[in-house]
Amino acid sequence: MTQTVHTNAQAPSASVPPYQPAPAPQAKLLSLGNIVSLLVLALLIAIPIFSEGFFVFQMTQMLVYATAVLGLNLLTGINGQFSLGHSAFYAIGAYTCAILVELGGVNYMLTIPIAGVVAFVFGFLFAFPALRLEGIYLALATFALAVATPQLLKLNAISDWTGGVQGIVMFQETFDVPVPFGLPMDPGTWTFYLTLFVFAVVYVLALALVRSRTGRAMMAIRDNPIAARSMGISLPYYKATAFGVSALVTGIAGALNAIVIKFVAPDSFTFIFAVLILVGMVIGGVGWLQGCLIGGLAMLYFPNIAEVFDDIVLWVANIGGFADALPSGNEMQQQFIRLSGVIYGVILVLIIYLAPSGAGGLLRAIAGRIKRLLS
Amino acid sequence: MVGAKGQTPVISIQGVTVKFGGIVALDSVEFDILDGEILGLIGPNGAGKTTLFNCLSRLYTPTSGNIAFMGESILGQPAHRIAGLGIGRTFQNVASFANLSVRDNVRIGAHSDTRSNPLFDALWLPSVRREERKIDEVTADLIGWLGLEDVAELPVGGLPFGTQKRVELARALASHPKLLLLDEPACGLNHDEVSELGTLIKRIRDERGVTVLLVEHHMSLVMSVSDRVVVLNFGEKIAEGTPDEVQKNPEVVAAYLGDGH
Repeated sequence: MTQTVHTNAQAPSASVPPYQPAPAPQAKLLSLGNIVSLLVLALLIAIPIFSEGFFVFQMTQMLVYATAVLGLNLLTGINGQFSLGHSAFYAIGAYTCAILVELGGVNYMLTIPIAGVVAFVFGFLFAFPALRLEGIYLALATFALAVATPQLLKLNAISDWTGGVQGIVMFQETFDVPVPFGLPMDPGTWTFYLTLFVFAVVYVLALALVRSRTGRAMMAIRDNPIAARSMGISLPYYKATAFGVSALVTGIAGALNAIVIKFVAPDSFTFIFAVLILVGMVIGGVGWLQGCLIGGLAMLYFPNIAEVFDDIVLWVANIGGFADALPSGNEMQQQFIRLSGVIYGVILVLIIYLAPSGAGGLLRAIAGRIKRLLS
Repeated sequence: MVGAKGQTPVISIQGVTVKFGGIVALDSVEFDILDGEILGLIGPNGAGKTTLFNCLSRLYTPTSGNIAFMGESILGQPAHRIAGLGIGRTFQNVASFANLSVRDNVRIGAHSDTRSNPLFDALWLPSVRREERKIDEVTADLIGWLGLEDVAELPVGGLPFGTQKRVELARALASHPKLLLLDEPACGLNHDEVSELGTLIKRIRDERGVTVLLVEHHMSLVMSVSDRVVVLNFGEKIAEGTPDEVQKNPEVVAAYLGDGH
C-alpha cells in the first residue's frame, strides 16, 4: 500500500529539477578482489604439487586455523560481539567428528557438516543468555565457557564417548585418513585438498552472507544498535544468528582439525587456544574476512615464533657472512626458545602499534597511498 | 492545506500520560496527525517533546492512554516492528552506520520492507537476488533523489554533518513509510542548510506522499513548513492550530517569553 503512495507521488513539482536515479553498482566479475582471490586459490592448489610432507601438513593446519578465524570474525568483526570462548565451539566440532567416526562409524567427510550444525545449535543457544551482555561482560561470559570446556570434556559421566582425559584416537583401523574413490594421493595431500575445499566453500558462503540483507543487518547492529532497531532489525534474532553462524564455522574448523590431527583431547581446547584465534583475527584484520588466511598463518607460526626467528637470524648471518661469529645452531635455538614468550609478546605489541587494524587496515592504507601518489 | 488530503488521521494520540516515578512527563496529551500533513511539535526545553517522540517509536510505553496508527494501537508492538508498520524516523544527533557506505546505509533502511533468511542469503538463492534487486532500485532512486550520487560508495562516518542528515532521511524513506518522525532535524545545521532542509521536508510530503511529524526547536523552520503546529509545555498540550494561530496564542507567548509579556 505504501508502494502505491510512493509511485503516485512520483511526478516532481515544477520547482524541483527532475533527477536521474543513480545506477546501482554492477558486480564486476573481473574485479581486483576476485582476481586476487583466484590467484591465492591457484597458489594454494599448487602447494602439494611443489612440496610435500611437513609443509603440506602445516598448510593444512593453516587452512583449518583460517576457517576458525573466519568464524570468529563473523561474530566480532561483522556483528561487534566479543568472544574469548571460541575454543569451546572448536572443541564441539572436533568431538562431534571424532565420536561420530569412532563410535558411530560415520564417514568422516559427512561429519564435517554435522559438526557445523551441532556447533550452530550450541552457539545459538549460548547466545540467548549472552544477549543481555555487551563488550567486556560478554568477553567474560565467553571466557567462562572456554575455561569450563576442557573440564567438561574430562567428566567421568561422559567418558564412554569422549574418552576422558585420554581423548579419542581416530582412524585406528586404517592408521591414517582413508583416501576415498581410489584417488592416487597420499593421505596428507588428500586432507590438504579436502580442507581447502571445505575452507573455500565456507569462505564463499560467509562472504555472500555478509553482502546480503542478513549481513547488513548484523553490521548495522555493530555500528549502531538503536538505529538498527528503528530500521526494523530484531536485535535478539540477528545477534543469536551471528553467534550461531560463527559457532558453525568454528565448529567446522574443529572437525577439520580432528581429521587432520587424527586425535582429539580436552587439553587441546583450552582458553589459550581461544586467545590464539583472537590474535589471528586481529592480525588478519577485524571485520575484514579476506584477512583470515593471514590470520591462519599467524596462528600457525606465532607459537613457534622462536624457531622462525632463529631461521631468520641464521639466514641474515649467512648473507652477511658473519655466521661463524654466532653460537652454534643448537645453542642459539635454546636461547631463542627460552625467549619465545618475550619475542611473541614484543612482535604482537609491534603489530598492534604499527597496524592497529591488522593486515586489512595496512593493505587499505597502502592502497590509498598508492592511489594518491598516482593521481 | 488542512483537509485538502482528507481528514483521516494517520496517527492518533489519545490521552497519553507518561510518568517517571513521581514526575509527570506527559499529561493526557491528545492530538491527531492527518494524512498528508506536516505537523510541527514544539515546546520549551523539558516540555515533553522527546518523551512523546520516544512513545511513538516505542522506546517508552505510556503509563496510560493509547497511540493508534492507521486505526490500530501500536502499544502492543515491540520497537523493531514499528518501521515495518510504516513509521520511519530520524535521530536528533545523527545515528548512522558509520563504517558502512551511504548506499549500504540506505539499503539497511529497506530492511523492514523486505524478507529473507540467513540460510537463503548465504546461498544467494534466486528469491534473494530478486529481493536485492528491489532493494537496489529503491536505494538508487533515493540516492539520486537526495543528490547523494557523489558520495554513494563512501563510508558515512567521514561525511559532513549535513550530508549525514540527508543519508539518514534517505535511510528512513527506504522502507516507504506512511509517516516520518523527524527528531530536531535542524539541530547542528547552519542557516543555509536549515532552509534547504525546509524545502526537503516539503518535497518529502509532496513528492513522496509521506506524512511528517516535525519535532523541532528551530521556530522559523517549524512555522514555515508546518500545516499545523502542536505546542507542549510542562507535559501538557497548550495549543494546536495553524502556525499563525499558534503564534498569536497568548498561552504560547507566555510559555516561550514568560508571563511578564
